[in-house]
Amino acid sequence: MHHDESQPQQRRQERIYRALMQNLHPLAWRNPQPVDMYNLVVLGAGPAGLAAASSAAAMGAKVAIVERNVLGGNSLNVGSVPSKTIYRTSRLYADMRDAENFGGQVPDNIRIDFASAMERMRRIRTRLSRYESVERMSAAGIDVFFGEGRFTGPRAITIDGKALRFKKALIATGSRPVTPMIPGLTETGYLTDKNVFDLNECPHRLMVVGGGPLGCEGAQAFCRLGAHVVIAQNNPTFLPGEERDAAQILCDALIRDGIEVHLNTKVVGVRLDGGQKLVDLVCVDLKKTIAVDAILVGVGRAPNVEGMNLEAAGVDYDTAAGVRVNDFLQTTNPNIYAAGDVCLEQKFTHTAAASARIAAQNALFLGRKRYSALTIPWCTYTDPEIAHVGLYARQACERHIPVETFTILMHDVDRAIADGEEEGFVKIHLRGGTDRILGATIVARHAGEMINALSLAINAKIGLHAMAQVIYAYPTQAEAIKMAADAYNRTRRKSILKFLSSRWLNW
Amino acid sequence: MNERQSETEDLLDGFQRAAFGYFLERTNPANGLVADTSLDGSPASIASVGFALSSFPVGVERGWIVRADAVARTLAALRFFWNGEQSDKPEAIGYKGFYYHFLDMHSGKRVWNCEVSLIDTTLLVAGILTAAVYFDAQTPDETEIRELADALYRRVDWRWAESGKGTVTQGWKPHSGFLHYDWDGYNEAMILYILGLASPTHPLSENSYAVRTTGYQWENIYDIDFLYAGPLFIHQFSHAWIDFRGIRDPFMREKDCDYFENSRRATYIQREYAERNPHGFDGYGKDCWGVNACDGPGEKLLEIDGKWRKFSGYAARGVPFGPDDGTIAPWSALASLPFAPEIAFPALQHLCEQYPEIVRDCRMPSGFNPTLPGKGRYGWVSDGFYGLSQGIIVLMVENHRSGLIWKLMRQCRYIREGLRRGGFRGGWL
Repeated sequence: MHHDESQPQQRRQERIYRALMQNLHPLAWRNPQPVDMYNLVVLGAGPAGLAAASSAAAMGAKVAIVERNVLGGNSLNVGSVPSKTIYRTSRLYADMRDAENFGGQVPDNIRIDFASAMERMRRIRTRLSRYESVERMSAAGIDVFFGEGRFTGPRAITIDGKALRFKKALIATGSRPVTPMIPGLTETGYLTDKNVFDLNECPHRLMVVGGGPLGCEGAQAFCRLGAHVVIAQNNPTFLPGEERDAAQILCDALIRDGIEVHLNTKVVGVRLDGGQKLVDLVCVDLKKTIAVDAILVGVGRAPNVEGMNLEAAGVDYDTAAGVRVNDFLQTTNPNIYAAGDVCLEQKFTHTAAASARIAAQNALFLGRKRYSALTIPWCTYTDPEIAHVGLYARQACERHIPVETFTILMHDVDRAIADGEEEGFVKIHLRGGTDRILGATIVARHAGEMINALSLAINAKIGLHAMAQVIYAYPTQAEAIKMAADAYNRTRRKSILKFLSSRWLNW
Repeated sequence: MNERQSETEDLLDGFQRAAFGYFLERTNPANGLVADTSLDGSPASIASVGFALSSFPVGVERGWIVRADAVARTLAALRFFWNGEQSDKPEAIGYKGFYYHFLDMHSGKRVWNCEVSLIDTTLLVAGILTAAVYFDAQTPDETEIRELADALYRRVDWRWAESGKGTVTQGWKPHSGFLHYDWDGYNEAMILYILGLASPTHPLSENSYAVRTTGYQWENIYDIDFLYAGPLFIHQFSHAWIDFRGIRDPFMREKDCDYFENSRRATYIQREYAERNPHGFDGYGKDCWGVNACDGPGEKLLEIDGKWRKFSGYAARGVPFGPDDGTIAPWSALASLPFAPEIAFPALQHLCEQYPEIVRDCRMPSGFNPTLPGKGRYGWVSDGFYGLSQGIIVLMVENHRSGLIWKLMRQCRYIREGLRRGGFRGGWL
């Protein structure tokens, strides 16, 4: 029986994979004959490279894009897209188990089909790959080259023995998962976001190393898909950059899901013991060993700066911080720009694309757009999600900017209560005494959707007072933003009244 | 005093006296060490010693202990801390003038592999300085109290504990060094910085207080503007010794507030939260609040009435962001009496009426949890009693009744100097 069932599944998988490759790196692909001179040569065809190439080509530039693997980069292949489709399935199972909270019945015998979740992910990935396909790029007039591109001088790249001469170039080679220096880890074998989406079976026991966004998202998803998950974070809180309260709520949520949490804990060694892996942990001066079947590492990303012969092009870089750029995203070679993970601290798909469009414009059309002027939101896709835009209160204080925060708890929002999704808050940081929004953090089940309204407000310089005038559809969870604006208005009215009455009484 | 006032006084007196009794029962007279809890085998907690030393003046004034006895107990503790070994060896009682958090009640040796604790040493030192102000007689014993107190305070090397970030680390261990955590933002360590800044021998850097305030969050929550901290004890502990009414640091000047008023608002936030009761815990309501640092049912994940509930042991619980597992610290209302008697007293009465079995011999347990079934009909109740909760009851009820501790500490030159160095101005300063 099993054999009969698995064969069609295997055939389906192969079909999905072939369709993906047809879009992102067709087997029969032959690199085109280069033109004499390109306006722009882009190295790397991830979100940054594709965005830059498309926008440059749309403006009439002659563009070549060089990719050593497949189009789409981490985001499509091993990052945002596959992880979010998996999280969707994991949320479904969590909701099933939590059915009573929604007035439903917990289904009998919930059987988790991990392979189906992975197949759905691969199907969706293939579907989305159509929009980033080689065919589309070529149709847009972009010369697509597959192979290892290397600089041969300040104005030329060689690939596959062919020279691509350029007026401007853009480095958008992205990043890869960092391997932490843990004795025994490499020998024992481990998962990262690079190979975790190749799994077809859920590990029974999983150790997640790192409590940043990658680690927390992965830990929760695998836990909800049936793994016994242990997470070790070498810090007193998860998501160290985020607001402490957000990290607190996340920590509670992970524990409620059944994850074994080890904060302030270092992984100091990994050993093989028969079929299992023994992970040695140290918390201050207490030692503990945990046996698992797999280890997922999510401790950060390192820029891909190697193998391009950047020295020949006069491009400065650092193996940790990446290619050195100024605020216009120009490298130390004025004709070469960089964008995305390879040069930015914030390694997000949308940041990569936004920075690439700036870089392309600055490179080709004498633009003077600054990276620092961008308003960049981000989101950790746990449940609840944690989204942020602009400054944190602490950053404002460090810059001696007075800051006031207006906070609405999701448990005060009608729709969140109706949805049974009351965990979290909306915090909006204002410049003290004004309604100017400095930044915001949202913790909510759909925080990633909600943060966009605040990004718009910051970008368009809309104050919180004006946001109180906006009519929000009732009931919606995003109404929390309106409620924060109303709270601001009430406080303002109170202080005006206080001022007026004190003047009156002094009269 | 009318009948109602008299009843109120009697109720407070009963709770305060019972709490004070803890320090009489749980002190080792030979070395002045005070048990962390009343449970069998409990070690001493240096913070409990600090609360005991601060409570003795209250006991003397209220006639619950004779002065000579209070002097003897105080002297025993001061001599123990002065004479105990100070070094980086694990067998010492402390290092750099600080002390290990928990010590064996009899031998005085470090237990539980615990850390040299900055905040607990601070609470101990606050008690030592309270004794030094109160015991002002020109007798050999009281003179010795004052001299030892000054020497112990001057020996504390606050600057050693500063981390690279400009704030103070939370602790140190002999084998692994400083802990990763710092005292940063608004928390119970306000008094740590104030005492640290005033030291004539090893003061904290001038800007440490300002660096710490960069972690402050001034928030509007439930329509109340306040300096946020989740657990209520943060708004109570430093206030046990320092009267923050009318004195303001630069932050509070900018916000047109003071820390006392802030604690009043924090108490109201507790009530607002409990009334909303977002997690649907049993018992919570307008007059039943106190999500605080306290003992809890222990680490467990249980399904109760279709909901997964994660419970903790001793932990700092807070509102409105959590953690909150339905455990209430019943002593919270007493500790908030000075700030908001109009809501704290009804909460106390509610507790006495609704949960009479929780209070044993007028003494408050550290925590109780009506959501989790326990031995009694009111759900889970913490076993025994904790020195910290008994201590804060004695001091805060006294501040509410007479302001004694505040008045004493206003006379403490180190408190005054520390406040001034932190940028406090106005009011009684």
